[in-house]
Amino acid sequence: MHRRLINAYPSRGASLLLSALPFLLILLAYLAGSEARLAVNPNDKLLPAFSSIGAGFSRMAFEADKRTGDVLLWVDTAASLARLLAGLAIATVTAGLLGIAVGLLPYMRSTFSGFIAVVAMIPPLSVLPILFIIFGLGETAKVALIVIGITPMILRDMILRVEELPREIMVKAQTLGASTWQIALRVVVPQMLPRLIDSLRLSLGAAWLFLIAAEAIASQSGLGYRIFLLRRYLAMDVILPYVAWITLLAFLLDYGLRLLQARAFPWFVEGRKQR
Amino acid sequence: MRKTSRFVAAIVAVTVAIAGFAAPASAEKKTEFKLAWSIYVGWMPWGWAADHGIVKKWADKYGIKIDVVQFNDYIESINQYTAGAYDAVTATNMDTLAIPAVGGVDTTALIVGDFSNGNDAVILKDKSKLSDIIGQKVNLVELSVSHYLLARALESIGKSEKDVTVVNTSDADMVAAWNTPDVSAVVTWNPLVAEIMATPKAHKVFDSSQIPGEIIDLTVVNTKTLHDNPNFGRALTGAWYETMAIMASDTPEGKEAREAMGKASETDLAGYEMQLASTKMFYQPAQGVEFAMSGSLHKTMDSVRKFLFAHGLLGQGAPSADVVGIAFPDGKVLGDKNNVKLRFTAAFMNEAAQAGK
Repeated sequence: MHRRLINAYPSRGASLLLSALPFLLILLAYLAGSEARLAVNPNDKLLPAFSSIGAGFSRMAFEADKRTGDVLLWVDTAASLARLLAGLAIATVTAGLLGIAVGLLPYMRSTFSGFIAVVAMIPPLSVLPILFIIFGLGETAKVALIVIGITPMILRDMILRVEELPREIMVKAQTLGASTWQIALRVVVPQMLPRLIDSLRLSLGAAWLFLIAAEAIASQSGLGYRIFLLRRYLAMDVILPYVAWITLLAFLLDYGLRLLQARAFPWFVEGRKQR
Repeated sequence: MRKTSRFVAAIVAVTVAIAGFAAPASAEKKTEFKLAWSIYVGWMPWGWAADHGIVKKWADKYGIKIDVVQFNDYIESINQYTAGAYDAVTATNMDTLAIPAVGGVDTTALIVGDFSNGNDAVILKDKSKLSDIIGQKVNLVELSVSHYLLARALESIGKSEKDVTVVNTSDADMVAAWNTPDVSAVVTWNPLVAEIMATPKAHKVFDSSQIPGEIIDLTVVNTKTLHDNPNFGRALTGAWYETMAIMASDTPEGKEAREAMGKASETDLAGYEMQLASTKMFYQPAQGVEFAMSGSLHKTMDSVRKFLFAHGLLGQGAPSADVVGIAFPDGKVLGDKNNVKLRFTAAFMNEAAQAGK
């Protein structure tokens, strides 16, 4: 009998090759495009050759800037990561605590769930001038934009996850004499922590988006700042390695969170596999 | 096996298609052209001329077609021109040198339209002397003409950029930024200057009328396209100066034109005329010719290229400000004679001036 497509698995080697294929295709298309343009204009800035991209990267990563004496890539990375991590930390803690409270306590739910559902729908970038007045234009504003951008999403996810906890567990804890506080601390929090990591991982993309938007508005350093500044001069030889660098950082952050989840909550990861 | 080869063929086809897309328009004799322009006091005539059939009239005269496209993002319009998607674009002298010329796209300044005569300004909050700017954070669009104006302002009091802290701020957010307590100094352009000056604590401490003729608004064309199709240049200058004559006239028709241009730039007749007052328009082609032929243009471009070089904008590893050559109508060349990428010409404006006599 003919084998169904859903049961046809590629071999190990073929699987590796297939996963490399989309990357290779993009690379090939870039190379062809770049060569065609450079043949017409050797100074073309739009699709620079790999050698100029390499030179651009090494200039940013290893040479001190003429004006400031700083090595720009590291200064930008440090500035951006500090903002991103602060934003993620604040958003995670806020959403974690509030999410458990709202998900667990009917009074909290009545008070906040409607409010959260509405506020979560406001696109933060559309009320920028108001945010400027409240948070100014400095570092606070950039962290605040990330927090405002991703907290509602994590928060709503947390509330849903708490509400999803099997009713039986709650009843059992109560028959064993646990108070609300004890249930929250001993039953809900341990169940929620690995799910909080899931939620955080999903919001990483949005967090980067808000970081770069914040840095484009008013800034003196940062990965997003540099990209927007150099865009003025179509310096793709620096912008492209910066984009690759951001992608790598984001990937590592995501991978790190997955590792943390596997190490700290092996029972959760195992449980998911069995489902 | 056959499947594989077909697959490879598909990949090759896709790659070739992408490469074809990416290749810039190469110049030759052609009949269809594209001009990109963006909202600014000195470029509003392009939108008006296109809407009122003046561009079409002149294009028809030379048997060509000119597509006039408005961009909401000034830099994007220059980038698109540099990438080869447009044959002509409106840009300042500084950005023309730094983006297309440095990017290897040989560019000719066809029309010298005007220079900023107060349209760009340094504004302080609660302080009224330029020297008060020392030690402050200054919000501006970095690497733009505002940045150049700041450098020139600081030079005028014997200071340099090291004496202030520049904070890159998007022009779209400049007015909102000014209204926050963090911001005490900005450099920007009209109509933002007017809006900020309308707030109670704003003091203008330096503006472009103190460096007259240095921030120039041009309509530039790809040199090769212009060389192969001089009629494209003639149609553009023809349409431009016909529009200028209407716009400058003290007639109901002139007023109507100015009012329409004001509306198109989100202001009214009074607002637009106020911006015109701080812009030195070259309404007659002869004025443009005279300015292009003047010696002061050399000095200005020298000052501009030095600014760009100091900020690393003449290309990576550029050994000096001489890497890109700038040619003037009198035949003189600033910088590398073998790598001229920006050319000022008076020829087309001159032709328009002769025709108008």
